[in-house]
Amino acid sequence: MRVLDRTSMWFLGLLLAVAVAVPVLNLGVPQGSAFHLSDHLVPLIGKYLCFALLALSVDLIWGFGGILSLGHGAFFALGGYAMGMYLMRQVGQRGVYSHPVLPDFMVFLNWKELPWFWYGFDQFWFAALMALVVPGSLAFAFGWFAFRSRVTGVYLSIITQALTFALMLAFFRNDMGFGGNNGLTDFKDILGFPVQARETRAALFVASALSLAMSYLLCRFIVTSKFGQVLVAVRDAESRVRFLGYHVENYKLTVFTISGVLAGLAGALYVPQVGIINPGEFAPANSIEVVVWVAVGGRETLAGAALGAVLVNAGKSWFTGVLPEFWLFALGGLFVLVTLLLPKGILGTSRELAGRLRWPRPASSSSAPPLSTPAE
Amino acid sequence: MTAPTTPALLYLDAVTVAFDGFKALNSLSLTVDRAEMRAIIGPNGAGKTTMMDVITGKTRPTSGIAVFAGSHDLTKLDEASIAELGIGRKFQTPTVFEMHSVEDNMRLALKSDRRPFPTLFARSSALERKRIEELLERTRLKDCRKRTAAELSHGQKQWLEIGMLLAQEPQLLLVDEPAAGMTDQETADTADLLREIAQTRAVVVVEHDMTFVRSLNVKVTVLHEGSVLAEGSLDAVSSDERVIEVYLGR
Repeated sequence: MRVLDRTSMWFLGLLLAVAVAVPVLNLGVPQGSAFHLSDHLVPLIGKYLCFALLALSVDLIWGFGGILSLGHGAFFALGGYAMGMYLMRQVGQRGVYSHPVLPDFMVFLNWKELPWFWYGFDQFWFAALMALVVPGSLAFAFGWFAFRSRVTGVYLSIITQALTFALMLAFFRNDMGFGGNNGLTDFKDILGFPVQARETRAALFVASALSLAMSYLLCRFIVTSKFGQVLVAVRDAESRVRFLGYHVENYKLTVFTISGVLAGLAGALYVPQVGIINPGEFAPANSIEVVVWVAVGGRETLAGAALGAVLVNAGKSWFTGVLPEFWLFALGGLFVLVTLLLPKGILGTSRELAGRLRWPRPASSSSAPPLSTPAE
Repeated sequence: MTAPTTPALLYLDAVTVAFDGFKALNSLSLTVDRAEMRAIIGPNGAGKTTMMDVITGKTRPTSGIAVFAGSHDLTKLDEASIAELGIGRKFQTPTVFEMHSVEDNMRLALKSDRRPFPTLFARSSALERKRIEELLERTRLKDCRKRTAAELSHGQKQWLEIGMLLAQEPQLLLVDEPAAGMTDQETADTADLLREIAQTRAVVVVEHDMTFVRSLNVKVTVLHEGSVLAEGSLDAVSSDERVIEVYLGR
C-alpha cells in the first residue's frame, strides 16, 4: 500500500489549491471585485483547517487504533495555551496596565512577579516547542498508565473525558496562572507582525494548510507502514496481537503520543487566528464534537476526517447565523443520521459506492489503480 | 530465583489457579519435551484453557512453578514476552486479522523485531517474501493470498492461524481445538499438518474430538478438576477406570 494513494493526491491537491487561492483572493483581488474574499473569511477558514488537523489526530488513534479519545480537546487547548502565553508576552507594555513584564491579568490579580512556568515563553521557538512537548508529554503520561493497566473501550473514553474536565476546572482557577475564566486574549504581535493584519492572517492561514498537509503525510506514512498494520490488528483482535509477541501497550502509547502532539500543533495554530484561548476549550463537549466530525467524514480515512471537520464547522457557522438555538439539535441529529445511514461516513461510503460501480467492468479496463479500500 | 532449570521444554509443577476459592487448576504438574506432541483431553471445566492461559501469561497462577526452555519463569512474564520466547498459541475460535489480507496476516506473524519504531520503518525483504511463500504453500492458502482474512472459510481461517503460528517460529505450539467445525477431510489434513510440525517442534493439542486424538497417535494427558488424572497412550487412558468414570463413560 502506497503512502500517496488517489485519495491522498486529491486531498493534498485540494489543500494546495485552497492554500494558494484563499490568500490570493483576499490580498491580490481588489475589494469590490466579485472574486474578492472578504477579510473575516480568512481566519474563519484557517480555523476550519486547524479543526481538520485535530480531527486527523483523532482519526489516527480512533479509526486505525480503536482508541476512542473523548478528551482530545485537552491536547488541543494545551497547545493553544502555549501559543497564547507567547502572544501574551509579546504584548509587553501595550497592556492596559502597561506593566513591563507581567500580563494584564497578573497585574489585576496583584501578582508581583512572573511565575516560573511562564519563563521562556517570550521566545517564539520555546513556545512553539512547548506547544508540542506539553500535549505530547501529557498524552505519554496518560497513555503510560492507561495502556499499561489495559484500560480499553468505554472505560478509556470515560477517563479521557475526566482528563479534559479536570483540566478545564484547573484552568478556570485564577491562581493557576493562566488567566482564569477570561483566558488569554488581546494579543498584539506574532514574530513582530501585528496579529490582526491581513498579511499576517494570510501567512497564518498558509501555515495551517501546510501543517495539515505535513501531518496528513505523517499519518499516511504511519498507517501504511507495518506499524499501521499492527495498529489495525490491535483494533480488531488485541489479544491475538499480544500472543504474536507485540507489546500492544507500546504501540498504543506511541500512536497516542503522536496524536497528542498533532492536536497540540492544531491548537497552537488556532489561537493566533481566533485571538483568544480560554478554559472553555477544555469543555468535554468540544472533544465529543471532534469525534462527530470524524464519524461524519469517515473513520479510518484520514482525509475524510479532515473533510468532516471542515464541513461540520462550515455548517455550524452557517447554522449559528440563521438558527443559533438549534445548532446542538442539528449536530445531534447529524450524528444520529450519519451513524444510521452512513456508518462509514461521507468518504467511506462514497468509496464503497465507487468500488461497487467499478466491480462489473472487465479486468482489462481496470488499468487505473483501484481506490484503496479503507481496510487496506 | 525460585524457578529451577530443567531439561524439559515445558515444566509445570504444582500449578494452582484459584478464582475466589474455586480452583480452576489444582496442583497441576506436567512436562513436555522438545519435539514432542501431546494431546490434552478432559471434560468441560477440567482446566484445559486455564492451563494454556498460565503457560502464555494470560493468567497468573496462585502458586506453583511454570518454566520454559530450562530457565524462563513464565509466571513473571506477560503475553508478548512469552510469545517472543517461542510459545505460540492458537485460540479455540480462529482469531485472525479479518481486515488484513492473508499475506499481511502472515507478514505480521513472521518472526521479526517487534518494537514499535523498527516496525514503523520495516521494509519487507526478499527473505520474508520467501518465508511467506513457503507458509502459504504449506497451509494451502496461496490462491487466496490477496483476499482479506474475513473472506476465508472457517477451515481456511483455522489453517491461516496455524500458519501464523509457524511464522512465529515457536519452539512450543499450543493448539486449542484445531478440528472444531472442520469437515472430516479437513480434520484429517489438520492431523497430518500437526504431526509434520511436531517433528521439529513441541505441540500441545487440546481436543474434544476423540477420532482426531486417535489419529494423532500420541501420548495423552487427561485433566479432571484442575489436575492430571491419567497419562499415557489413548488406549491406556481409555481403559483407566477413573477416566471412564469422569469422562469417557458419561
